[in-house]
Amino acid sequence: MDITVNILLTIATAATPLLIAAIGELVVERSGVLNLGVEGMMIMGAVGGFGAGYLTGSPWIGLLAAIALGAVFSLLFAVMTLSLATNQVATGLSLTLLGLGLSGMMGTSFVGQPGARLPNLDIPGLTAIPVIGRLLFGQDPIFYISIALTVAVMWFLFKTRTGLTLRSIGDSHTSAHALGIKVIRYRYLAVIFGGACAGLAGGHLSLVYTPQWVENMTAGRGWIALALVVFASWRPWRVLAGAYIFGAVWIGQLHAQAFGIPVPSQLLSSLPYLATIVVLVLISRNKRLTMMNTPASLGQPFVPDR
Amino acid sequence: MMRLELVKRPQRSMLFSALSPFIAFVLTIIAGAILFALLGVNPVKAFQIYFLEPVSQVWQLHELAIKAAPLILIGVGLSVCYRANIWNIGAEGQFILGGIVGSSIPVLFPQFEGPLVLPLMLLFGMVGGAAYAAIPALLKARFNTNEILTSLMLVYVAQLFLDWLVRGPWRDPKGFNFPQTIQFNDSAILPELMPASGRANWGFVFALVAAVLVWILMSRMLKGFEVRVLGSSPRAGRFAGFGINRMVFFAFMLSGALAGLAGISEVSGAIGQLQPVISPGYGFAAIIVAFLGRLNPLGIVAAGLVLALTYLGGEAVQSALGISDKVARVFQGMLLFFVLGCDTLIHYRIRLIGLATPTLEAAPKLEEAR
Repeated sequence: MDITVNILLTIATAATPLLIAAIGELVVERSGVLNLGVEGMMIMGAVGGFGAGYLTGSPWIGLLAAIALGAVFSLLFAVMTLSLATNQVATGLSLTLLGLGLSGMMGTSFVGQPGARLPNLDIPGLTAIPVIGRLLFGQDPIFYISIALTVAVMWFLFKTRTGLTLRSIGDSHTSAHALGIKVIRYRYLAVIFGGACAGLAGGHLSLVYTPQWVENMTAGRGWIALALVVFASWRPWRVLAGAYIFGAVWIGQLHAQAFGIPVPSQLLSSLPYLATIVVLVLISRNKRLTMMNTPASLGQPFVPDR
Repeated sequence: MMRLELVKRPQRSMLFSALSPFIAFVLTIIAGAILFALLGVNPVKAFQIYFLEPVSQVWQLHELAIKAAPLILIGVGLSVCYRANIWNIGAEGQFILGGIVGSSIPVLFPQFEGPLVLPLMLLFGMVGGAAYAAIPALLKARFNTNEILTSLMLVYVAQLFLDWLVRGPWRDPKGFNFPQTIQFNDSAILPELMPASGRANWGFVFALVAAVLVWILMSRMLKGFEVRVLGSSPRAGRFAGFGINRMVFFAFMLSGALAGLAGISEVSGAIGQLQPVISPGYGFAAIIVAFLGRLNPLGIVAAGLVLALTYLGGEAVQSALGISDKVARVFQGMLLFFVLGCDTLIHYRIRLIGLATPTLEAAPKLEEAR
């Protein structure tokens, strides 16, 4: 029983950064913007979170720094694609390349340093309950944020007027503009929200998952988050499910390596990436369904005329 | 509070089309100067070390050619993809597979020597890269799968596959357990161009030839026209009878073959054996090269040399000033950002608008004052 609980806890820890980054990107894509810079914003959050936590000694300040750095970094993308109408694919790629370079440079002096770790929740009485105690009341704070975030985004997108407006912009920015909706302003806010989420996801990696700084420590998680949004057909609760499936794959291959299964460790390590490809194939196979679910103006630049 | 407003030009500006890479370069220099100043280094001295010292001697120009060759080869292939609006961002993986498949000859048949070895290796490299690129192409054409994500995921898979080979079945048994293959025999080594003055090898010639051939393809042949039509207007392309799926395969496999050629040239020319890491991110830097060169094969030659210089400069400032050589990747990222930003000027005029628009309101008052 204890082993099962431990495995479930590690799966949650592996799923949390994927979930947060994907939920942020989901809001961005629902507004009609494709930001391929998730990996870059995430690694900036990771280095910023680690750095601030290490220098101040407080992982909470690290957490705030991770969110702030992700948001500021995404602003770069917003100015380029929204104000200057640049190609979103290319700009997102360059955000990722810049983030990987910049974080490597910022983190040079952090390599090998012990970091600050966010403490797990510990409620006297509740956390000690067998089995469910640690699952429900004993995880890291970002886990709870990730669940709350998913519920909040679900509510925002489908139960509020602002959410409806955001989705309408994603489906047709020209119609939304004609109705007098401030398309660019909405998109700015969506992109910055996505950046803050990616930053938080990166912060989770360097403040909870492995409290240290390793170059390229995001290891493609930002790209997997992007794939999760497609997999989830732009629906928050499916992102939640997808993130936990991928968390399970990630943890499963680590456990398999630890057990010394007679399969090359490199093959096991490549499972999350191969799984991503398989999942994308399965979900995209039905062309009509994909077209129906995709925000119609996704990735197209918009220049308001007057 | 200022606001940017874009005003569409009636037609694309030829002036900015030519100027934008240069403006982008100047902006990168300015941003770089700020970066160096923040790091506490005199920017003038840093730039001297970064951009001038790495090309001040003949043997260093050879090093520049070695670094530029893969960037140009890959960038030229990617430009065809991006022109066709097909997003292959997995060139790094195709580069690695080209290196692996090409190296299979000297690693598995070390006794095989003679003039046939090298051409076979290069061919194998191209086939390996093209075959690996065919995977995302097949998935896109057959299952409608997003090629950006699949081609990128395959980069991680390729890196792990190479890692497994050099630590496992292909490890040199007499190599003291180092994760590397045997040293290639002499007939498997890409010859140097001018051994008297430096290390530059035939890879650079391949790059130039590829650039010219792709330039001819894109500007003088029907296939190039097809690429451009399908890229700018897929609907028009369909009416013209151009098959989008065939184009996906063509673009992916052409760029994959060139990336594979770059991979085997790098392994056989610059390294001489397989090791866990054979590329300092050439496949990703080549994306920048393609855009900086305006997706034009001849522009890409120039852009490849510039990016190669950023690599050498990064190494130079690391050894001279103790700054992390990651600074090179920051420069590359900034360069791409500014190029994309400047490209806006080709299609749009930019107007800065303040919240109050003084010019319009001030005019009548001037009349009154008179």
